[in-house]
Amino acid sequence: MSTDETPQPWQDQILPILKKFDVKHIAYVPDAGHSAAIRQAEADPDITAVTLTTEEEGIGYLAGAWLGGQRGAMLLQSSGVGNCINTLALAECARFPLLMLVTMRGDWAEFNGWQNPMGQATEPALNLMGVRTWRADRPDEVEPIVRGAAGMAFNGDASCAVLLGQRLIGEKKWVK
Amino acid sequence: MGEVNSGSRLDRRAAVARLLKGRKDLLVVTGLGSPSYDVMAAGDHDNNYYLWAAMGSATTVGLGLAMSQPDKTVLVLTGDGEVMMGVGALATVSITGPKNLTIGVIDNGLFGETGQQRSHAGRGIEISKLAASMDFAWTGIVEDEAGIDDLRGRLSRRDGPQLATIKVTGENAPRVLPPRDGVHIKNRFRAALGFQPI
Repeated sequence: MSTDETPQPWQDQILPILKKFDVKHIAYVPDAGHSAAIRQAEADPDITAVTLTTEEEGIGYLAGAWLGGQRGAMLLQSSGVGNCINTLALAECARFPLLMLVTMRGDWAEFNGWQNPMGQATEPALNLMGVRTWRADRPDEVEPIVRGAAGMAFNGDASCAVLLGQRLIGEKKWVK
Repeated sequence: MGEVNSGSRLDRRAAVARLLKGRKDLLVVTGLGSPSYDVMAAGDHDNNYYLWAAMGSATTVGLGLAMSQPDKTVLVLTGDGEVMMGVGALATVSITGPKNLTIGVIDNGLFGETGQQRSHAGRGIEISKLAASMDFAWTGIVEDEAGIDDLRGRLSRRDGPQLATIKVTGENAPRVLPPRDGVHIKNRFRAALGFQPI
């Protein structure tokens, strides 16, 4: 195998997968784990990248984009899932396709314990609001899981979330 | 009618009907509660998308729609309480910059759906000033029929984003309920734009 066939880092795979599903809008609240996808989205003339003040805005935004005939996805971190709870009713009641990529905190090797309550509640909270969830904890899981979730969101008018685990992202370094 | 007094207020049903009069391909998103009833009372339309929940989301649904349909004119009609629940979304609208989006805030200064409690707007927060401070391309306060006519003329100018507060009296008109089947309204709206169900 030549080095040309070395897989891309998982961080660089996200946006190309979404583009294969004809995603035109990336709504996001930043997280370090999403920085590659955000950078690519902001630089891509075929993508409308929208910075949100809070994550629930992304649910409305993507619903509106779909009313207008276009697909999108939201990038957020697990704390932002808590901000979304009531608004997820919009996707559930009208069966909007909703694809959320969630970078996890409070999940594994977390230094900041204030992240733990929402991090531990993220997956059950999503499930309680009708969002289907899949976890990726290894780099080789990212592509099939994102692809699978995108397919089920867009082919099934469903709310789907991929949880990108802290073991995948790596420990946040707090000591300089 | 026609008097121009600072602090005068319109009848909400008459104001909304006048604003939507003669609409052609205008796309309308309504916030939950009275604005949805007002728009329904003015005449159900395939180009209406009514929200029944997700308070604070009318602005963002309108934004996503405006960004995906840049050649259409999009009007969000919502209440002052609804827009304040998602007030950060006004900043998101401003930085995203849709020229084809106008937000009409039907401002009675009350939480009309829950027993007429005084709202933030009713206690002195002027939402059009918030939008002006966020660099909306145009903001205004509508207090009379001439203001409604002016706003209607502005909708299709494509030099937004724009926001107007429409000052209305606090009376609750009889409820005129739009359909509550979210899937039906979604598919009807999309079909009118030429999109099929999955």
